[in-house]
Amino acid sequence: MKQTLVKITTEWLMRNHIWAFLFLVVIFFTFASPYFLSINNLSNVLTQSAFIGILAIGMTLVMINGEIDLSVGAILAVSVALSIGLQNSGLGIWTSVMLALFSGAMLGFLNGSLIALSGINSFIITLGGLIGIRGLVFVYTGGDALIVKDFSYTEYPEIYLGPFSITAIIFLSLIAFFQWFLTSTKHGREAYAIGDNAEAAYDAGILVKRHVVINFTICGFLAAISGILLSMRLGTAEPQAGRIWELWTIIAVVLGGTRLTGGYGSMLKTLGGVLTLAVVQNGLRLMNTPNYVELIVMGAVLILALGLDRLFTSKTRENV
Amino acid sequence: MSEVKNVLSLHGISKFFPGVKALDNVSFDIRPGEVHALVGENGAGKSTLMKILAGLYNPDQGNIIHQDKHVKIRNPLEARTRGILLIHQELSLSPELSVAENIYLGAWPTNFFGVLKKRKLNKDSLIALSAMGCDFGPKVRVGSLSIAKRQMVEIARAQAFNANVVIFDEPTASLTDTEKEQLFNTIRELKARDVGIVYISHKMDEIFEIADRITVLRDGTVQGTVHTKDTNINLITKMMIGRELNTFFTRANSEIGSEVLRVEKLCRKGEFENVSFSIKSGEVLGLYGLIGAGRSEVAETIFGVRKADSGKIAWMEKEINFPTPRQAIDMGLCLAPESRKEQGLVLNMSGKNNVTLPHLVKYSNYTVMDWRRELATFEKYREVLDIKTTGADQEVVQLSGGNQQKFVLAKWLCNEPDLLILDEPTRGIDVGSKSAIHALIAGLAEQGLAVIVISSEMPEVLGVSHRILTMSEGRLNGEFSGMEMTESNLINAVSQHLEQTA
Ligand SMILES: Nc1ncnc2c1ncn2[C@@H]1O[C@H](COP(=O)(O)OP(=O)(O)OP(=O)(O)O)[C@@H](O)[C@H]1O
Ligand SMILES: [Mg+2]
Repeated sequence: MKQTLVKITTEWLMRNHIWAFLFLVVIFFTFASPYFLSINNLSNVLTQSAFIGILAIGMTLVMINGEIDLSVGAILAVSVALSIGLQNSGLGIWTSVMLALFSGAMLGFLNGSLIALSGINSFIITLGGLIGIRGLVFVYTGGDALIVKDFSYTEYPEIYLGPFSITAIIFLSLIAFFQWFLTSTKHGREAYAIGDNAEAAYDAGILVKRHVVINFTICGFLAAISGILLSMRLGTAEPQAGRIWELWTIIAVVLGGTRLTGGYGSMLKTLGGVLTLAVVQNGLRLMNTPNYVELIVMGAVLILALGLDRLFTSKTRENV
Repeated sequence: MSEVKNVLSLHGISKFFPGVKALDNVSFDIRPGEVHALVGENGAGKSTLMKILAGLYNPDQGNIIHQDKHVKIRNPLEARTRGILLIHQELSLSPELSVAENIYLGAWPTNFFGVLKKRKLNKDSLIALSAMGCDFGPKVRVGSLSIAKRQMVEIARAQAFNANVVIFDEPTASLTDTEKEQLFNTIRELKARDVGIVYISHKMDEIFEIADRITVLRDGTVQGTVHTKDTNINLITKMMIGRELNTFFTRANSEIGSEVLRVEKLCRKGEFENVSFSIKSGEVLGLYGLIGAGRSEVAETIFGVRKADSGKIAWMEKEINFPTPRQAIDMGLCLAPESRKEQGLVLNMSGKNNVTLPHLVKYSNYTVMDWRRELATFEKYREVLDIKTTGADQEVVQLSGGNQQKFVLAKWLCNEPDLLILDEPTRGIDVGSKSAIHALIAGLAEQGLAVIVISSEMPEVLGVSHRILTMSEGRLNGEFSGMEMTESNLINAVSQHLEQTA
């Protein structure tokens, strides 16, 4: 009985090595900084990780599908700008939020449709999106930061449930929902089939293009959610909001163990990746590490964690 | 006999690819409860015709009548919903998904909200698997299965789907005899359920065992459709290649020289143990055994693709370290692997470039490529092996399965090494080209090359080898030469060991 429990746990950790890694990182910072292991700090880390985290949920979905979305940071900026800008121009808070979410979904839909219809690689299309959509944000904001007028808007993030902020709760709920979505719905599992072997999936009658469109739409929608939460927290809309966040998002997802080539990954892995990234960043700041050292450490963490992945996978999976 | 109803019929189908007329005014029909064999040389158009039925290609001309209705099959989903199922020539599976998910790929059971019914999926798959006598469960990841088992997963689709037409495109290429029997049982069950079946194969004995009618394709045109009971192998072969095929096998008449390779007590855990043998120049050594016996693993270990746990290798009577593939090629050892898609070819590269890929140093003299010599090599093997391609620059991905296999062979034959290991050299290759390959092997041995032929086709090993080793479950368990090389001896050797361990 005990034996099997140990075995199951080790097997799970082998497949989700990032959690073992996260555990080590937490232990390290606990000893390295006295401020690290407190409910206040950890709660803070979780909240801060939620923004990249929600982007990473959409990215994971798209990446399992065998694609990539470089425009998430820009879509987030659109959502930030619209939610504040529309409010300021007189629409109600919730109407503005709905419109911002809708435009995020539409931009994702546009990405997905362009990829499906043209057959051009998603890297190229969303690279165009990354530049073009950011340009739209500059046009909309006129290049300056918009500041929210109705300050009740910035009070929402102050809602807490125990140590969990509303932002963190939304993030964790989304993780739970999409984990279920990936493992238990037809659409979710078919994403794996497509990412793994698109030809076989197509031959079996799966509508590959429709999947691509749907998953990019979801990804855009999630980016907009993240944008809304960010705008509530900041109360301002900078046109530069979320710049190079697409890179951090991809790093978090890959760190978790989801494969860039598609067909393999999960939301739990991504959660592990997102938290690891956030913990390392937080820990280094508590230790007053200069910014450039932080970047070096982050790079090293990425390579180290992927090395671990390589080590375990070569042991657990034969003949592939 | 009155009108026989067809479940599916094709009329005047033509299909053009750039530079090739793959199908020319082809008519073909499938009756319920019938096995209709489709035969023809490599590149005759068999797979193309079937891909049209499966919605993967659209025909340029002609029409399709399915269950008395004119239909257009524009994509695979339409084919599936009409009950037409194609079991592919190349494996068409997702390695990361489970067996059950692969069997029902594209048709997973769900509730109204699109939530998977996993229990039903696994239960139904288990029924299909056990009906076929498979020893693996529905939850296993397909990527962890052997090639033969993966093939069984494909075939389980035929068992599981409620189809009215099932097409098998060379299903037995990598199956053992017992698995082949399971396949045939499945086919018989489908027949009893009035499913119409198309069966494509280059193995004539199988065709005559299972088929009710045979249609012969040649260069994209139908040569005729006959009832199996009214014909014989010779007639069919003649229809296929347009001439009589007299001698199937040519054994090399060569001078056996000095030792080229000696292997002693080679071991690799879980794959093979204590493998010792040697081979001399000019000799053709057959390595016979069932699929999964460990033959390919031994070959790959000698060639350096896998690392041995223990053992010794001597090359030209000198002991050497285990080589890497590059070192092996440089010292004069070549291996033509069994699976073309994964190991043999760069699919998006031209045929010519694939052939010379491992020998670029030779074709460039360490400087720039000698295009003319490269082209000459390509042309030589295209002619000898009768490869159907539109030209030296056609990408191999566009070729038929058998023609791809011919390029794998050409790639290693053209190097003319000291020792050539051929792993299942005639898998998926038509009867005409088979004898050309056998003649080529004999010719090479006569020039003084040592050749190891790994094959699970008994007549082939018996026909080309000077000496035969048998292998089962990772051990060499018999050596035969001269008059001892008989079918019954080989069967005994291979099955003896199975009984002992059982
Ligand atoms: N996508 C494609 N593009 C160009 N040519 C193609 C394409 N697919 C097939 N062909 C050509 O069509 C012809 C028929 O090929 P097909 O695959 O139908 O042969 P086959 O009878 O199945 O042969 P084999 O026994 O080798 O499997 C070949 O000459 C092949 O090169
Ligand atoms: Mg074919």
